[in-house]
Amino acid sequence: MPLLSVQNLSAYYQTEVYGVSRTVRAVDGVSFELYPNEIYGVAGESSCGKTTLIKVISGSIKPPLKAHAGSVNFQFGAYEIDMLKISQAELRENIRWKEISYVMQGSMSVLNPVRKVIKTFEDIVDSHQPITNKKLFLAETQAHINRLGLTDDVLDAYPHQLSGGMRQRVAIALATVFHPSLIIADEPTTALDVVVQRGVLQTIKEIQAESGNTVLLVTHDIAVHANVADRLMIMYAGRIAEEAPTENIFAAPLHPYTQHLVSSLPVIGERSTKASLKGAPPNLANPPAGCRFHPRCPLAIDICRTDVPEMLQVAARHRVACHLVKDGSQ
Amino acid sequence: MNTEPKLLDVQHVTVEFHTGNIFSGTRMVAVNDISFSLERDKPEIYTLAGESGSGKTTLSRLLLRDLDPTTGNVFFEGRNLATIRKRSDFKEFMKKVQPVFQNPFETFSPLRHVDTYLFETAINFGMAPNQRAAAPIVDEALHNVGLSLDEVAKRYPHELSGGQIQRVSVARALIPHPRLILADEPVSMVDASLRMEIVNLFRKLRDEQQVSVIYVTHDLATAYYISDRIAIMLRGYVVESGPVEAVLDNPLHPYSQLLKASIPKPQPTEKAAWAAHIDLGATEVKEYGRVGCKFAGRCPHVMDICRKADPPDVQVEQRTVKCYLYG
Repeated sequence: MPLLSVQNLSAYYQTEVYGVSRTVRAVDGVSFELYPNEIYGVAGESSCGKTTLIKVISGSIKPPLKAHAGSVNFQFGAYEIDMLKISQAELRENIRWKEISYVMQGSMSVLNPVRKVIKTFEDIVDSHQPITNKKLFLAETQAHINRLGLTDDVLDAYPHQLSGGMRQRVAIALATVFHPSLIIADEPTTALDVVVQRGVLQTIKEIQAESGNTVLLVTHDIAVHANVADRLMIMYAGRIAEEAPTENIFAAPLHPYTQHLVSSLPVIGERSTKASLKGAPPNLANPPAGCRFHPRCPLAIDICRTDVPEMLQVAARHRVACHLVKDGSQ
Repeated sequence: MNTEPKLLDVQHVTVEFHTGNIFSGTRMVAVNDISFSLERDKPEIYTLAGESGSGKTTLSRLLLRDLDPTTGNVFFEGRNLATIRKRSDFKEFMKKVQPVFQNPFETFSPLRHVDTYLFETAINFGMAPNQRAAAPIVDEALHNVGLSLDEVAKRYPHELSGGQIQRVSVARALIPHPRLILADEPVSMVDASLRMEIVNLFRKLRDEQQVSVIYVTHDLATAYYISDRIAIMLRGYVVESGPVEAVLDNPLHPYSQLLKASIPKPQPTEKAAWAAHIDLGATEVKEYGRVGCKFAGRCPHVMDICRKADPPDVQVEQRTVKCYLYG
């Protein structure tokens, strides 16, 4: 049974200024499912709709963002919710942090710079589950962060005294205090260097393996996905281009965009010239007709310019949206 | 004896920062006794690599003469940068050494057309007396990066893609015909599908325009792809330097080895090695303050001597390694 089922979701940013209305189709017809005990990766360039997708899933839909069509349904054990209809009060009391938590990119902005780390823990825990016994709370928090490989003195430090990797791990510790069913990690290691990135991602993987929950990992770095994600979704301009188990994406990518992403990465030990795609990702206020990738696609044919490719199930867990796959030439 | 001055000659530079007041406080050595040089007639791409807080940016500020070294000297075409005092001299220097910054959207003001920066650069450096005369110069610089004046004229930064605007930023740097470009993380803010376009551009500049590039990055994969030589920095020291193939194919310093092993390979079949558990470093301040080798706390081969005194620079074939293991 899926933990999350997203069906045909479209979320647009709609603005109207001086009578000129503008619609940015940030997420357009996206369907996918998340299952318990997996790390699901979402890859895509900036402004391809990754962050909008997370916003809708986590219930932070505020104007000008509007869910236009589709459904987002969660199933936490026996507790079912429809994210597009849920009230803010219920979301705050029962869902946020308890069932869905969030690890953000800049951990500096999660932690209050003028308060010790333990105080931030106190604030978050207290607002969801009032603290009655301070000693017990401290002992539990220490046990929790020790499990993540952090020492007790971290709690007594101010955020600026910690290194970037430490801060990011504190942010992960904060996100996991209530053992949520889903952890959304939005570019958790983008600002960190490779050694620290490796340590932080290992922490995420360990927690996931231990508690068997679901991690939705969003990052543009596809080399990170190769090492962390179990399944991977490639987004391009607000739509899903391809979705498959990570091994399949790298071993046999079908969509031309995925093929480019996988083949263009520089690797140590190889210096042959790598090409880059011509053009740039489209403006989602005015996306191209047909397949949104066609202006940049080296293999585009006529139908790509007029018809939106439908999602094809090519193997048990492998889906791709490309006309070339449909007619068998890919 | 070859007496021709080098293009860039960095001799034993050290930069110290003092925090606190004059009576108490701590001293932090951000750049510690670093030397390297670039040849005058052999353009090359030299990479400064290292994690955040390793001193890469401080070193690049020295080379732009944004900062003076505490000790040591930097020579550009034989002239000591510390002796540049007059504004006109500084302008001559700036003509030859140009920067390209990390985030192209912060380089350019969102309220101005990007082409105005190009015209201003041409006029300020005396390449042209007025805007009309500057147009062909600007157009030529844009052609070198695969754009044209028609494409960027009257455009605001948000109307261009990340790759395009970073190329405009490189075109701006090319206007005064520099000998050296200092690129500080030029691709880290650019999308994956556009990244190779910038990286390939630096290669082209080296081969066709004879421009040397100092490429500051933490991305070793692109460094391997474009550069000729590399210096790996850790907490102010260069721990290993030499030809990029030698250093990255077979790193000698334990830190370079860790760094190479930590790069996620875009190959799920090889993820087992990457998943091997690692210990993260202590806080930055602790490692900077450490006596002896800064990597001693995390090094798998640590010996007693490592904690007592700075390791020597050891010459191993074509490269230099700062480690007792090879001494």
